[in-house]
Amino acid sequence: MGMTITEKILARHAGKARVAPGENVWVNVDILMTHDVCGPGTIGIFNEQFGAGAKVWDPDRVVIIPDHYIFTADAICHRNIQTLRDFVKAQGIRYYYDPDFVKGDGMPSPYRDPSQTRYKGVCHKALPEEGHVRPGEILLGTDSHTCTAGALGQFATGVGNTDAAFVLGTGKTWLKVPATMKFVFHGHIPPYLSAKDLILAVIGRISVSGATYRSLYFTGEGIASLTLEDRMTLTNMAIEAGGKNGVCDVDEKTLRYVRSRSTRDDWEVVEEDDDASYHSVHEWDLGAMEPLVAKPHSPDNTAAARECADVKLDRAYVGSCTGGKITDMIFVASLLAGREVKIPTFVVPGSTEVHADMLRLNVRGQEKAAGEKSIWETLEAAGCQMGASSCAACLGGPKDTFGRLNEPINCISTTNRNFPGRMGHKQAGVFLASPLTVAASALTGHVTDPREFVTKPIATGEAGTV
Amino acid sequence: MQDIITGIAYVVGDDVDTDQIIPAEYLMYNPSVPAERKLFGRYAMVGVPPAGAGLPKGRVPFVDQTDESNSRSRFSIVIGGRNFGCGSSREHAPLALAEAGVQAVVAEDYARIFFRNSVNGGYLVPFQCAQRLCESVQTGDELEIRVAEGLLRNKTRNTTHKLEPLGDVAPIIEAGGVFEYAKRTGMLK
Repeated sequence: MGMTITEKILARHAGKARVAPGENVWVNVDILMTHDVCGPGTIGIFNEQFGAGAKVWDPDRVVIIPDHYIFTADAICHRNIQTLRDFVKAQGIRYYYDPDFVKGDGMPSPYRDPSQTRYKGVCHKALPEEGHVRPGEILLGTDSHTCTAGALGQFATGVGNTDAAFVLGTGKTWLKVPATMKFVFHGHIPPYLSAKDLILAVIGRISVSGATYRSLYFTGEGIASLTLEDRMTLTNMAIEAGGKNGVCDVDEKTLRYVRSRSTRDDWEVVEEDDDASYHSVHEWDLGAMEPLVAKPHSPDNTAAARECADVKLDRAYVGSCTGGKITDMIFVASLLAGREVKIPTFVVPGSTEVHADMLRLNVRGQEKAAGEKSIWETLEAAGCQMGASSCAACLGGPKDTFGRLNEPINCISTTNRNFPGRMGHKQAGVFLASPLTVAASALTGHVTDPREFVTKPIATGEAGTV
Repeated sequence: MQDIITGIAYVVGDDVDTDQIIPAEYLMYNPSVPAERKLFGRYAMVGVPPAGAGLPKGRVPFVDQTDESNSRSRFSIVIGGRNFGCGSSREHAPLALAEAGVQAVVAEDYARIFFRNSVNGGYLVPFQCAQRLCESVQTGDELEIRVAEGLLRNKTRNTTHKLEPLGDVAPIIEAGGVFEYAKRTGMLK
């Protein structure tokens, strides 16, 4: 009997010919990622367990990306950045992306030019951009959305500080091999849908615990029709169904991206066997799907956007590892171009590369011509409030975080979670939706099906493809 | 791990996520700094919406916030429903519960990372019970968990409930976490 991509990757990294779901294996880890929220605690456990002078197992396989609490005046948050800097220096870690503008007093002034800072922004966007995500590898990160990287055909999952400290010292971890749930999407993605609608449909059908301890495998011509970035939206939210990881097949889009970015070339593509066995198989026809929202306070509380037109909104938010990529920004800008938002709308690029691309490209994802508006300018002209790249209000964060919900208001958001208090205030209502639905709703002030605005396919050009 | 865990129950419902267990606004504290570690105990469970905080009635603070130096809860066993600990991978969640004095959680099932963090970090024992205890146990009930027998006794209501076996992770829980486990099995020196 054949194996799934996930089973094959775990078997190879455990030095076994094959593994079966339910089996516990010790595996060698390719990359360990941490950030400013979990890094200091991880370093603390590492020092305690391996000794203050101990060295990490391989400094070139440790990637540290501060992204969570960057634009805040909170001195403890600044201290945490310094803890990372000290560790990186002592360990000789070269893949560290420093927010060089955080100097330790008051609210930091953001980078002046996003293409001229070492700082990268949200780790899950920065990891593939900086060449740390490769098919067939194992990536662990101290963040639940580490599963995002599975879109590029690897095994990626989130772990806690203790597990991360163990990996830092040994390069190994134990994993239970997950059974795989197969999600097949038929047809071609229509212009009014994005991957966010697909993953909300999945979570709505199987629930927020429907994939607990399991792998989610997304396949079919519908997935092949998605941009690589949109596939990352799918795998990003595997955790919102309780999944251990999410994974997509590797195709030419993946290979082109990874070949142009990877810091190493010793990787190998792993393919799903035709006779692999599954926990369950679920199928959708993209032509029959509708734009969805997840209503407060759970990602599985889904409904068609058109059924929620009576929901009045106070705010719209575009950003995060889920909905802050360059294609997400193009989707939003193409709807807002030449129009004005009706409610306060906050926009936060997922990375400094996304930010730079927003300044460089037009709403069709092409180099902007002289006199033509950039994506950034288009959004500004529509009345959006623009922020610097970071996790920002997606997870609430310190009270002075850009876009944070400090009042019990209704917000429609391209982010990933809407449990009580996730974006700040416990009584705030967060509606999760695609960038298109968020943009359409920002224009009307109530939950709006983007089909009211999208009449033809939205070109994204070469944005985010290499 | 103790053979018998006794304590007062604090009951919550389904899908209590890590933002409810420890809201993101407190994650800047570093658990490796003792004074900051204590704060996780102080803010444990403050994100649970009032109606669901201490079922069946709700509005029961998990940690008394009136004393500013308090970081301990009078409840040392948390009873949850389905998918306890879903959401983020923050190890601060089981750590916060442990800092507040929680020794065990008994839920219908767990989100994977919370369960793993509880076990590998050696913070608390995540028991599973097939019965819907969050509807039969009430906040304030006196409970006793007999670990070897796999039983939970509700001394207030005089009922006994069977717990699921700890299974594969039992040796790691016994050892007190993944580091101790790895040392005992010779993986770490």
